[in-house]
Amino acid sequence: MEQLLLLIFLPLAGAVITAFSGKSAKIISTVIAVISLGLALFMACSFIPDASTQFEANLPWISDLGIRFHAGIDGISMLVVLLTNILIPIIILSSYKHDYKNPSAFYALILFMQSGLLLVFTSMDAFLFYIGWEAALIPVYFICAFWGGKDRIRINMKFFVYTIAGSLFMLLGIIYLYLQNPAHNFDINAFYALNLDSYQQGWLFWAFFIAFAIKMPIFPFHTWQPDTYTAAPTQGTMLLSGIMLKMGIYGVIRWLLPIVPQGVHDWANVAIALSIIGIVYASVIAFTQKDAKRLVAYSSIAHVGLISAGIFALNQQGMQGAMVQMLSHGINVVGLFFVLDIIYARLKTNKIEDLGGIAKVAPQLAIVFLIIVLGTVALPGTNGFIGEFLLLMGVYNYGIWAAAIAGLTIIFGAVYMLRMYQNVMLGKTNELTISFTDINGTEKLVLYIICALIIVLGVYPKPLLHLTEASVQHLLEQVNQKLNTVN
Amino acid sequence: MTIEQLIWLVPLLPFLGFVINGLGRNSLSKGLVGVIGSGVILASFIISLFIFFSLNGDAQKSHEVFLFDWISAGKLHIPLSFLVDPLSSIMLLIITGIGFLIHLYSTSYMHDDAGFGKFFSYLNLFVFFMLLLVLGSNYIVMFIGWEGVGLCSYLLIGFWYTNSAYASAAKKAFVMNRIGDLGFLLGVFLMFNFFGSVEFAKIFPQAANMLPGNNTIVLITILLFIGACGKSAQLPLFTWLPDAMAGPTPVSALIHAATMVTAGIYMIARSSVLFDLAPFTQNIIAIIGTATALIAAIIALTQTDIKKVLAYSTVSQLGYMFLGLGVGAYTGSFFHVLTHAFFKALLFLGAGSVIHAMHHEQDMRHMGGLRKKLPVTFLTMMIGTIAIAGLPPFSGFFSKDEILANAYEHNKVLWAIGLFTAFLTAFYMFRMMFLTFSGKYRGTHHAESHIHESPKAMTIPLIILAVLAAIGGAINIPHVFGGNAWLEHWLSPVVAQHELGLDHATEYALMGVSVLAALAATIYAYSKYVKGAHVPVADEAPRSALAKLSYHKFYLDEVYDFLITKPLDALSKFFYRILDSKFIDGIVNGLGWGTNEASKGIRLLQSGNVGFYIFMMVFGIIALLLYTFLYI
Amino acid sequence: MGNLTTQLQGVPLNHYIYLSAIIFTIGVIGVLTRRNAIVIFMSVELMLNAVNLLLTAFSVHSNDPSGQVFVFFIMALAAAEVAVGLSIIVMVYRNTKSIDINVLNRLKW
Repeated sequence: MEQLLLLIFLPLAGAVITAFSGKSAKIISTVIAVISLGLALFMACSFIPDASTQFEANLPWISDLGIRFHAGIDGISMLVVLLTNILIPIIILSSYKHDYKNPSAFYALILFMQSGLLLVFTSMDAFLFYIGWEAALIPVYFICAFWGGKDRIRINMKFFVYTIAGSLFMLLGIIYLYLQNPAHNFDINAFYALNLDSYQQGWLFWAFFIAFAIKMPIFPFHTWQPDTYTAAPTQGTMLLSGIMLKMGIYGVIRWLLPIVPQGVHDWANVAIALSIIGIVYASVIAFTQKDAKRLVAYSSIAHVGLISAGIFALNQQGMQGAMVQMLSHGINVVGLFFVLDIIYARLKTNKIEDLGGIAKVAPQLAIVFLIIVLGTVALPGTNGFIGEFLLLMGVYNYGIWAAAIAGLTIIFGAVYMLRMYQNVMLGKTNELTISFTDINGTEKLVLYIICALIIVLGVYPKPLLHLTEASVQHLLEQVNQKLNTVN
Repeated sequence: MTIEQLIWLVPLLPFLGFVINGLGRNSLSKGLVGVIGSGVILASFIISLFIFFSLNGDAQKSHEVFLFDWISAGKLHIPLSFLVDPLSSIMLLIITGIGFLIHLYSTSYMHDDAGFGKFFSYLNLFVFFMLLLVLGSNYIVMFIGWEGVGLCSYLLIGFWYTNSAYASAAKKAFVMNRIGDLGFLLGVFLMFNFFGSVEFAKIFPQAANMLPGNNTIVLITILLFIGACGKSAQLPLFTWLPDAMAGPTPVSALIHAATMVTAGIYMIARSSVLFDLAPFTQNIIAIIGTATALIAAIIALTQTDIKKVLAYSTVSQLGYMFLGLGVGAYTGSFFHVLTHAFFKALLFLGAGSVIHAMHHEQDMRHMGGLRKKLPVTFLTMMIGTIAIAGLPPFSGFFSKDEILANAYEHNKVLWAIGLFTAFLTAFYMFRMMFLTFSGKYRGTHHAESHIHESPKAMTIPLIILAVLAAIGGAINIPHVFGGNAWLEHWLSPVVAQHELGLDHATEYALMGVSVLAALAATIYAYSKYVKGAHVPVADEAPRSALAKLSYHKFYLDEVYDFLITKPLDALSKFFYRILDSKFIDGIVNGLGWGTNEASKGIRLLQSGNVGFYIFMMVFGIIALLLYTFLYI
Repeated sequence: MGNLTTQLQGVPLNHYIYLSAIIFTIGVIGVLTRRNAIVIFMSVELMLNAVNLLLTAFSVHSNDPSGQVFVFFIMALAAAEVAVGLSIIVMVYRNTKSIDINVLNRLKW
């Protein structure tokens, strides 16, 4: 329990320290992020991979309303906690070459966000979950609004209003559940135990689903995403795409499926259809994107579509695939955005047609970029394959046509990713790219770590699969059991 | 030392070569890189030989070697494990054996290239993945190799990536392969659902007890065949292979002729139990194979780039192999894989030797009369050409005739087209030989003085391959010639066998007809290109309609561009500019805009006139009172 | 004292209510129709006092003095309010040379 509290509040304390640290904010925030990572790894090592909730903290908080500080970690949470704590140091390190104005505020916000994210990923109290949900949104809003690019205020306004509008539906859902709950508390287990009829579940499904769908984002709730990813500073984009997006997926798994299984059962067809449309739609759009960052943004929609389809297929393979792919996608997309950031920092452009021939002058970057691209297009032996393979198999168990259409992602992904790689890295150098210098220092460190993760997870994913297996199984049993009792 | 103890070394050594060459590509000397790159393959070859012979002397013909659990989720368990059996052991020999020769050749061919170390690391990596492909004991491990070789093919086609046309060819190869890969994956999913496993050892025994005609099996086999179509360049997915000639010539020899492109045939031969249960799929395979063989042969007739001729010839020969698979001649097809690996690798390396001598000139219109200057290359290539033309007693004759005999038994039309294709094959191959080696030299005078025979490292592999191409047929001499059909016997535990139901007289007649056809083609080519000294016209020159169709590859690339690429791009622009930006985002923005507009209207109520506010207040109070009185 | 209470209780409560309502309505109409700030102010006082009257009346009627205590508070508050309000009006007059409230419409939108 102490470990969990430390895990959640260490970044918060770190944020406060960083906020007052002035020029040394980079170093201090890195140290704190690395300590958090160490703590998370330590917890992962002492974690027993069964379905139980471990490191549980259950403290009274606002007793009049039945709100408790109730948090804990099971296999599913452990995975996203690891993802968060692995990516935050990487994201902080990736900013080393930048000289942002007000560094102390910048890094403090990142750490603050980490706390919010960890709260989301561990909380077992709906109220706490909601607080974490919004607490994670606010810092990233400021990061994007203060350090972002062109037109950032308008774009961020839209992003903020859009996501918070989604959250509002979720808040309504939570309040409704609270009122239905005879014990009058927000505890997740009490919510699991509720007996709601299919009509109620249908409404609750949509209340939660819209909030999560906007966050992920799933077609057609995605239009905030490409603009925001393009306008945000790279670290903001990484936070959004690498970790924050997983809040939506995690929300679906933790809150949507077990609480309203009947609603999920009734509406899964729609959810899967939307996800699969999103895969094809976003992939097709990515074909002709001129801005590499926007291209990656659309590719992210496609990948998330597959994850969500795998989850709503409601079977072990799909769910396990979603777990692995959450981690893989986080790593890969952060890598992609980092490479684009490196290019942008040197050449001040991410326009695909302006680039070309960088492989000639920066062979190291060419190799790591290729590995990340291959991870993204799910080549066997990289982390992306494990996830996509299991996800497609999960979708396949739902329906062969669904899998065939969702599987287009492995063709389309290769098309747009290799097209980007070719136009950016291959071909002849031009006046702009001839001066490109190869990666060095922290850039190398970060990219090597990312590539190592891509390959190691691709070749030996067993620990990861083992970590989540029992929890996923338990979750599915829970859902099926509830479905059977209702019918 | 047993097979189990040694087998993991076979793929590991090339992988080590990849790592060492990859890391040391800038620091190691070229000599060292060459020695490491070729040495690991040679070591693998020696181990493979050992494995082959111990398997030969072993009563147990199938060894499964478990390495570690790779993926497991729910009921799905995929171990990383190897299967050594007659089929994979022969493939090991081809891959490492021919692979070694090509590595050796490359040490000289690529010597002046700046990316020497990179080249060898890629080549080693390719061998590693190819070995995984054939060694995998389940479809998923096979799929690792399957996609891995696709990656290496991508890397090596785009080896000279500063040329953006080459980079595009690489991308095209990868994407077209991926189309097939999706089919493969779906087939695997279906198999897992149907058989409850993806292990060969669990699937085939179940399938062996089933009767033909099961719809699921038909679907599985069709999906697997789509996968094979992508990898082995069959209609409609073959256009990547000719473009793949953008890569260095040893790559074309190793990947795009001898090994990778035959992966599809290997996979189908491996799954022959399943394919035997699906006559419908077999018909499709036979038809597509025949069509591919014919179309590619027609295209090859008018090509002027020496490598393009060989590329289309490869596609055509692959079509042959699929025809063989389609008519149930799995062993015959596999036999052709073997002989084709010998003579096509030989021909490509020979072409490489010519290109090397000509300083990267590939257009046959600028060659001619090279026989005197490149005697070894000429002789060895001639052997390869005779082999591919199907003239006895060289290897191609035996394998091709086995396929044709089976096709004859199955369907006379397929046989007739196959025979016609054989005629075309002999013609375009001799056309290529005569254009290159006989007649007068047609290049620039300056280049002529530099032409010389290639160094030993290049000619020795040519000679070895020429010997193999000449005598390779010996491993499966049919019973009709008093042979013992060793290969058929060897593969019988793995690959489904069919007795050829033809009497000896028919078999002799069939052979006679095909030999005659090949001879006729040879004589025609001789009279046209040697006696007539005919040279293909320039690109822009007018051609007859048929020649134009052939020269422009039936406009297939243009058709695909028109049917697939253009519409997808247009769709992409439509989705992005209209649907996404205007419609979906329009709704979102419209909500915001609506709120804004409404507030603009409503704020006018706040007129600043205090009297109006008070009036509204009183009005509101009265309304509330009324509401209270009336409804509560 | 007790006598006075009884006498006062002799007047029917309705009369007080009618009177208060009339005074209150006069106040409301005054506020709504007049433009002079001072008159509006007076009208507001009228409304306030109508309510005071009613409070006292109910207090006496139900024999509960707390209503009357309230009235004292209200009167004190009203005095304070008048002090503040009048000074605002004086300031307005100094600035605009008018106490017409329709001139004061700058605080809008």
